[in-house]
Amino acid sequence: MKPLSAWVHISPWLVLVVLAGPVLAGLAGIVLPAFGWLPALGGDTPGFHAWRQLSEQPGLFRMVIISLVSGLLTTAVSLAIVSLFVAGWSGTRAFRAVERCLSPLLSVPHAAAALALMFLIAPSGLLARWVSPWLSGWQQPPDLLIVNDVWGFSMMAGLVVKEVPFLFLVTLAALRQCHAGDRMRLARSLGYAPMAGWFRAVFPALYPLIRLPVYAVIAYASAAVDVGLILGPTSPPPLSVAVLGWLNDPRLDMRFMASAGALLQVLVTVGALSVWWLGERLVTGISAGWLVSGGRRCADRWWSGAGLVGVMLTVLLAASGLLGLLIWSFAGFWSFPANWPGQWTMTTWERAVLLLGDPLRNAALVGVVATLLSVLLVLGWLENGARSPLRATRLPQRALYLPLIVPAVAFLFGLVMLQALLGIQPGLASVVLGHLVFVLPYVYLSLSESYRRMDPRWIQLARTLGASPDRAFFRVRLPMLMAPCLTAAAVGFAVSIGQYLPTVLLGAGRVTTVTTEAVALASGGDRRIVAAFALTQAVLPAVGYALALGLPALLMRRTRRIRP
Amino acid sequence: MRREWKISFRLMMVLLFTPALSTAQPDPDDWDSVLEEAGGQTVYWNAWGGEPRMNDHIAWAARELESRFDVEVVHVKLSDTAEAVSRVLAEKAAGRDRNGAVDLIWINGENFAAMKREDLLFGPWAESLPNFPLTDPDNNPAVREDFTVPVEGYQAPWGKSQVIFYHDAARLPEPPRSMPALLEWVSANPGRFTYPRGDHFLGTTFLKQALLELRGQDELFYGPIDEETDVVGATRPLWAFLDQLHPHLWRQGRVFPGGGSQLRRMMGDGEIDLALSFNINEATTGLLNYELPPSVDSYVMDEGTIGNVHFLAIPYNASHKAGAMVLANFLLSPEAQLRKQDPEGAGGNTVLSMDRLNPADRDRFRDLLPGPATLAPDELGAPVPEPHPDWTLALERLWLERYGVQ
Repeated sequence: MKPLSAWVHISPWLVLVVLAGPVLAGLAGIVLPAFGWLPALGGDTPGFHAWRQLSEQPGLFRMVIISLVSGLLTTAVSLAIVSLFVAGWSGTRAFRAVERCLSPLLSVPHAAAALALMFLIAPSGLLARWVSPWLSGWQQPPDLLIVNDVWGFSMMAGLVVKEVPFLFLVTLAALRQCHAGDRMRLARSLGYAPMAGWFRAVFPALYPLIRLPVYAVIAYASAAVDVGLILGPTSPPPLSVAVLGWLNDPRLDMRFMASAGALLQVLVTVGALSVWWLGERLVTGISAGWLVSGGRRCADRWWSGAGLVGVMLTVLLAASGLLGLLIWSFAGFWSFPANWPGQWTMTTWERAVLLLGDPLRNAALVGVVATLLSVLLVLGWLENGARSPLRATRLPQRALYLPLIVPAVAFLFGLVMLQALLGIQPGLASVVLGHLVFVLPYVYLSLSESYRRMDPRWIQLARTLGASPDRAFFRVRLPMLMAPCLTAAAVGFAVSIGQYLPTVLLGAGRVTTVTTEAVALASGGDRRIVAAFALTQAVLPAVGYALALGLPALLMRRTRRIRP
Repeated sequence: MRREWKISFRLMMVLLFTPALSTAQPDPDDWDSVLEEAGGQTVYWNAWGGEPRMNDHIAWAARELESRFDVEVVHVKLSDTAEAVSRVLAEKAAGRDRNGAVDLIWINGENFAAMKREDLLFGPWAESLPNFPLTDPDNNPAVREDFTVPVEGYQAPWGKSQVIFYHDAARLPEPPRSMPALLEWVSANPGRFTYPRGDHFLGTTFLKQALLELRGQDELFYGPIDEETDVVGATRPLWAFLDQLHPHLWRQGRVFPGGGSQLRRMMGDGEIDLALSFNINEATTGLLNYELPPSVDSYVMDEGTIGNVHFLAIPYNASHKAGAMVLANFLLSPEAQLRKQDPEGAGGNTVLSMDRLNPADRDRFRDLLPGPATLAPDELGAPVPEPHPDWTLALERLWLERYGVQ
């Protein structure tokens, strides 16, 4: 039983190393080359030539603006949809229905959601086919630049579809924490209409609780690579996509400029966060009077209607997009403007099965290993906190959001350069470590609440009966927390499946997963095979959740049989 | 992608702890020792990954090599062959003269010329392959010359390609068969044609096709460019033609597709009526994949279209040269060539000479059913030879200067 104590002892530090280490090392790995210092490539004279070269890139200004706007607009729209809907519809039947629809959407990887949306809204997409020619009169796909539009609106729409479920579920958890029910009852008893009351009584208490997740959304939306590659503009692309292109440029002297670009991406994200922060101050200042103005209603019906429309649109877009993937993966030839494919066929899936083997195995392997490591680390860390609540285990908690807020393209790029400098062969091991950085925070967020809520008296009881701390952990804590642990593992697995950038960068393109293949195929090519890959990618996390729900039932049955 | 995690781990360990392993150069003339050395190797085959049917073919070859020769093949999918060239170049710059990351490259034209010029290739080895004589090189000079550059055994032939145009006969029964006719038709039907970006190989090929037709197969284009060459003057008719053509292209020529697979999707969606490909089997493949309508058909220009041979080359610092040679030899076998030529497979013409095959194999090739939308050899006509690689690079650069930033 000694190994457990040792593990509990060191795991907070391990977590700190796993979270902060790669981010800080990665940032160091871009800052130095960005200013001309990388002796291995002959860069030994510090200076600004990389920045000069970067500033000469055509369209750089537009790239920066697109990334900045995407970060802010995506977050604002998503937050508005979620808060209007929660404010207007909490406790209704519509609310519970939406809750059931949005949770599975959260597990759909970004790339799959973006592909689904692309198939839906493109000029030759599903929507155009469904309304043609009877409504639109189109006999041929309209000559419109909808997907990959110059200002990235379709990319932002793709991000909103994924961020609404995320913010919604975060908000649900926070509502319980800030006693939203009590607050609403009080507001209602004072005569406030639901919307007016919610924004005065609940939102000010709720927002601080969801602030970090909101910041994570801003950071993600200002630096998303996979969604940008699929739906984003191309000439010029968003900054993050451009940085990836420079980084992948085989000309070694491009590394300096790419480093500067990655650092610029950090600045853009920091800029977006700062603008948002200023916006927060502004809203606080402006709304101070409004909060106590005493107005009992504020066009309730309109606002709650807007919230419902926003949420329904999100669900409908995602659901019909996924349905579109399913149709395409079985479609034979499907001419425009036919509403449905003229033929149905299994050939796409027959081909996909042959091509899916390795990507599927790699994705599952990396996902399982990264998740397992994360769960072990998080359990050790939480157990440490439970055993010695006064000890300084808070440090890792500060590091928790580091990988979610620092743009991945920046610090992963730095890691790639370090990897090359140290002569580490890119491959599965480094991909697993890269995934760990992103999986661990979500596993922690998912598990910590249940851990804290568990009544400490169970452990105390076990201890008074003579069990050592380790025995109490194995015999009491772990069995009682089996279900939350499995759910956390499923969340972690879903996060790992969705990772595009760490897989591509740290695996140097040699480790292919379902996600990297789906994104690579999206750039052109056969819709049918892309659809099959995207669907597979969307289904994998669901398999994880099904296992997480199914396993406890199985384990419980056995426990009951042994000890009736 | 054709890779198992176990293998990658094993490879990682090998590279980490025994850097001196597999540094001896295999002797191509001693085939038994090549076969023996190849056993257990993992070949990183860097090959363009933009055509799913070709990827399927590569995956098949990988499975066969594993079971027959105990050689693992990993298809590193490239979006542009230049990536592999630059990787080897970077390795050379970094002094990594062995244990390179690239074992075999699907290559030809300017990429081969560049690698050969920079001494980045292992060899000569190709003419020692047991299957090489089947190409009848003495009567088939195309396997010894690549874009006018002598091959000299530094790369092994793999297949033949030729440009074809394809159209939906239901929408466009009489397609234009010359560049002036194309311009006339596009002007009358704006938005119904486009070609890939000038820095994509298929886009450059369209430029070469147009140039060779507008200027004739001038000897100038079949030699290298030096300081004396008037590149701008020689290509002026092409730019004049494109300046007239572009306003009538898809999206008014403001955006160009990223490659051939996107063209095919646009044909299937009915966004354009006419497209081109460097795969003579493109229309049939698209038809079999349900990507193109049953009424699709192929044709070539009246004055012929550009054709070339594609090859397989081994970098000088490749880690698994023996495995790469075994793979190249297998791909040149009648069995693999037959499967590649099958319109249901990858499609494209074999580099083998029918006269050199045994009667059974010859019959198999003869019995191969032509694809429903593929041209027969006599319909394809004699291919127009590729210009010197310098012209490819010059056209690419000039196109980007003129039309790259919109």
